[in-house]
Amino acid sequence: MRKHLLLAALPAALVLPSAVFAADDVATLKKELDQLKQDYQQRIEALEKRIEASEQKSVAASATPAQKANSFNPALSLVLNGRVSTYSRSPDDYALTGFALGEEAGLEKEGFSLGESEITLAANTDQHWRGQMTLSLADNNGETSSSVEEAFIETLGLGHGLTVRAGRFFSGIGYLNGKHAHAWNFSDAPLVYRGLFGNQIKQDGLRLSWLPPTDQYIELGAEIGNGQSFPAGGSHSDIGDWAVFAKTGGDIGVSHSWQLGLSHYQADDIVGREAATHSFSGDSKLNGIDVVYKWAPNGNPQDKALTLLAEYFRRDENGSVDIEETGSSSLDGNQDGWYAEGIFKFKRHWRAGLRYDQLNSNNSGDNSEILTEAGLLADGFNPHRASAMLEWSPSEFSRIRVQYNRDNSLPETDNQGSVQYTQALGSHGAHQY
Amino acid sequence: MKIQNKIIVAVMALFLSRNALAKLSVFACEPEWAALAQELGGDKLKITSATSGLQDPHHIQARPSLLARARRADLLVCTGAELEIGWLPVLLQKTGNPKIQPGQPGYFMATDFVKLLEAPTKLDRSEGDIHAAGNPHIQTDPRRIGEVAKTLAQRLQQIDPDHASDYASRYADFDQRWRAAISRWQKQAEPLRGKSIIVQHKSWVYLEHWLGLTEAATLEVKPGVPATTSHLAQLLGMTKTSPVYAIIYAAYQNPRSAKWLAGKSGLPAVKLPFTVGGTKQATDLFGLFDDTIARLTGAGK
Repeated sequence: MRKHLLLAALPAALVLPSAVFAADDVATLKKELDQLKQDYQQRIEALEKRIEASEQKSVAASATPAQKANSFNPALSLVLNGRVSTYSRSPDDYALTGFALGEEAGLEKEGFSLGESEITLAANTDQHWRGQMTLSLADNNGETSSSVEEAFIETLGLGHGLTVRAGRFFSGIGYLNGKHAHAWNFSDAPLVYRGLFGNQIKQDGLRLSWLPPTDQYIELGAEIGNGQSFPAGGSHSDIGDWAVFAKTGGDIGVSHSWQLGLSHYQADDIVGREAATHSFSGDSKLNGIDVVYKWAPNGNPQDKALTLLAEYFRRDENGSVDIEETGSSSLDGNQDGWYAEGIFKFKRHWRAGLRYDQLNSNNSGDNSEILTEAGLLADGFNPHRASAMLEWSPSEFSRIRVQYNRDNSLPETDNQGSVQYTQALGSHGAHQY
Repeated sequence: MKIQNKIIVAVMALFLSRNALAKLSVFACEPEWAALAQELGGDKLKITSATSGLQDPHHIQARPSLLARARRADLLVCTGAELEIGWLPVLLQKTGNPKIQPGQPGYFMATDFVKLLEAPTKLDRSEGDIHAAGNPHIQTDPRRIGEVAKTLAQRLQQIDPDHASDYASRYADFDQRWRAAISRWQKQAEPLRGKSIIVQHKSWVYLEHWLGLTEAATLEVKPGVPATTSHLAQLLGMTKTSPVYAIIYAAYQNPRSAKWLAGKSGLPAVKLPFTVGGTKQATDLFGLFDDTIARLTGAGK
């Protein structure tokens, strides 16, 4: 019996305590589990917060830029130019009837030629100034000639819409004059630029420009220079030439924009301005008007765009013409000229353009033999030229251009053809309108 | 004498009140920053945008009208990272406006304040039109817009302290609405996670990064170099072997290549607004992402 009891008690004893134990355990386990759950909940929440924070961090800017010794070097860009040209007349015989050509205003040589290579360096000097220099390197019959195209300093944010520029720079008169030749739409200068500006008017001096705080864009500019380069010339101890210009422009809807400019340039007391055949001393006054219209569908000029551009200039010169060892004549010169061009971008990377140039001159003086020898008497002939071009620019930085001119600078027609490449290496320059 | 004094006081009062009423003039380079300025400044600002939602901000011209507007700006809000390098420097140089020159409080470049992706390891123009600082198209990620908003609100307070409290409260309000909207968009875009897309230009890295999309390829051969037929044929072959969800292009872009590939592959070509004003629905920043997510998720249906 005792044995039985014992036997009976054994399982009970085995079971009962464990049953008591089990109840206890479940409660503890549950508690622990809850604890764990809560713990994990907290941990998950903490993790979520960390993820969110790090995500925020991952979109926020972090490190400051690394400092290197060359961090402040000026932006450098190099423009490479080359061409092959053909002429039906000899380019050495080129002249512009009734006009005196300045130094740079001839034709490129026949066959392959290296055009001007340009190196431009630009940077902000400090909080007040920025500086820019363009050096031009050209090959003249095996000799490298370098010239300072532009070298100027300019104020940064002088305030009240004012900007002062000092040094050597392309004059702000006209539309194309202020742009570098590689930004022009044709591979040569308009005849009126060639005849009146010696391709492009440069100033060694000072410019003040002002944008009044108007809704309509207006820019007024004034320049004074030393009168060293064409159409001024000779030496001056004070102001040799000066210019004023005014520009305005705006938008018509989102697809059209325009700009209109008026210019006046004047050089008094020119002493010995050299041209191929003669030298001129006297006064030169020039007035001009330029108008530009651009179309870009929705304001996107990437795939299709049209530019129409026309400029007219008139120059009055009074003074004397001298030919060494021959003689001299007085000169009353009235010369004017215009050109109009249209450039159509018909698909991305491709542009085609047409241009027409015409010049008129009415020069007189007391010795017509001298004026004839100087090439200043036109006998009623008006130089004119028609040009067509096609260009392919696979990127903003490169361009190949084919151009044809039917040139009547002289009464005999010259058929001129050229293929030109232009490439811009290095820093990305911004483009003026 | 007394009357004169009164007149002087009246004139001074007029000037002072005019000053207090004068609105801060904001010149935004892109519509998304004009929209953000609108959220943060409201009627305290006079805002103009240099580009519209249908213009390519890489390639507009420094037109006379932009010069006139930049001349009068108190604050410039642009993307930076060389996006506007073809035209903005001309505006800064020609206007001579001291308030918006680099380093001034009025010169605000959004990409200076967020982390940029895709900073190239190799800088060479043969790689196409690449940006040295990284991909500038940050406005396709609303979290980054949120970061820019924070800094822009501070900048507005700095430039126009008279209305600092207005800007602060407007920012707090915007930030709250923006965060709520972001979680909503993320929920809506959940089905897009892991999906693979073909894009026209590398305009969408930030959107992809945000929503977990994978960029399978670009229609452009290289950044800024348009699609060629051989490149498109190659992409068509790729769509046959690996699953692609959609072809994405921005509203301002020419859809021809995207539509060609869509036609051949049977994939949907999806036009996204890219910025405020890109589509009719993208009237403000909220509309921009509402529409973007709707168009993206709608592509799979």
